[in-house]
Amino acid sequence: MSIALTAADISRALTRISHEILERNGGCESIVLMGIPTRGAFLSQRLANLIEAIEKTEVSVGTLDITLHRDDLRLRPIRALVPTLAPKGGIEGKDVILVDDVFFSGRTIRAALDALGEMGRPRSVQLAVLVDRGHRQLPIRADYVGKNLPTSRGEVVKVRLSEIDGADEVLLEPEGSK
Amino acid sequence: MKHLLSASDLSYTEALTILDTAAQMARVSDGPIKKLPTLRGRTIVNLFFEDSTRTRISFEAAAKRLSADVINFSAKGSSVSKGESLKDTAQTLQAMGADAVIIRHSASGAPQRLADSEWTSGVVINAGDGTHEHPTQALLDAFTIRKHLKVGVGDLSGLTIAIVGDILHSRVARSNVILLSLLGAQVILVAPPTLLPLGVENWPAQISYDLDAILPHIDAVMMLRVQQERMNDFFFPTAREYSHYFGLNSDRLALLKKSAIIMHPGPMNRGLEITAACADSARSVIVEQVANGVSVRMAVLYLLLAGAPNENVESGEILS
Repeated sequence: MSIALTAADISRALTRISHEILERNGGCESIVLMGIPTRGAFLSQRLANLIEAIEKTEVSVGTLDITLHRDDLRLRPIRALVPTLAPKGGIEGKDVILVDDVFFSGRTIRAALDALGEMGRPRSVQLAVLVDRGHRQLPIRADYVGKNLPTSRGEVVKVRLSEIDGADEVLLEPEGSK
Repeated sequence: MKHLLSASDLSYTEALTILDTAAQMARVSDGPIKKLPTLRGRTIVNLFFEDSTRTRISFEAAAKRLSADVINFSAKGSSVSKGESLKDTAQTLQAMGADAVIIRHSASGAPQRLADSEWTSGVVINAGDGTHEHPTQALLDAFTIRKHLKVGVGDLSGLTIAIVGDILHSRVARSNVILLSLLGAQVILVAPPTLLPLGVENWPAQISYDLDAILPHIDAVMMLRVQQERMNDFFFPTAREYSHYFGLNSDRLALLKKSAIIMHPGPMNRGLEITAACADSARSVIVEQVANGVSVRMAVLYLLLAGAPNENVESGEILS
């Protein structure tokens, strides 16, 4: 098991991403940050706090539970549902930025795009991830990446955040170490 | 848990999981697009040997919101009226590839028989069997109570709930007593002695014959329908006398706590167990119970059908 990102690395990556988001969208009036639970929701809140500190205005944040849209439901045991919290002002006509912790097959994001469609029609959808570990199975890419982490398919990337795990770090565990 | 046959099949955690899942499902029902792809390609059969409006439509709406295919079967107008047995009917449905069978039957234990048999490999959900149980009704009642009196989270501890009326014939009462007490609520059954079942003293509930005395102390009152189709004996002298002692009317409404809610599983006999004024009052959550029924049934269908078939054994499982 090795540490891929330390707390300071995560903090720097998020700060950079928040600036990139502002640069690309020309401010934060039209943006909505939608975190994918569990850890994506915490990351989206952190990004919102960073952007608010830079721009001094409130940023719209929400969470998006994608469980009911997954295509692998039948392959796994039942998952618990977590709340979807619609952002203030909705997503209609906004630039939605999906936030997740690890970007892997791309299937989670596909499900998230479907789930978003149920809430409204955003002007654009962008994707911010803390770690991109490769091995995409769908034609989906990220707009903002904290760190590109080359992995083998069997390795496990574990993101730990202080909000629920007590510490900030990203760990890379070798195959079969579960 | 593979089937949902009785409220007693549920553990405390499982019951709470269903209620929490239902709360998420309710958001879908409130949203602009009431459709999820979750159960696409699954076939659900509504097998109704007894009349029903609410339960059948509720299950149908729940299944359709999750994109399952629904086949409605009612005994009237089917081969059952030609004398086809439950076994043959079930095997026919199995041949058509039913992933779940939602069964209502006048015989207590019919869903259990179906689940224990080899006649169908699908999930069996009890939608009311005879005078035995109606677990999804109890779940939706618990959900409604929790939403109003516990701001929609946790269990029902600290609440006192009265179930009033025809306990003897009521599958709703039996399931509710089991589930509400499992979730920590105190249940009081109020009925004339003739309408209490044998062995009721062993149920996890108190018994009272005096409605007026308990009304000021309860948080929710659940009025049961007087089941006239099962009233083949002299359970009470006249309907008027029953209403006088056990019906909910405006005078009794005034005895209730300010926060208390009025419930009824439907269909109501207005004027018999509940007056129109009470049924339509601001304290009544009877119409809302129907809406909550859809969310709760979506949750049950999701939890029983969405996961990997026959291998809910990995870690992270919810319903064991």
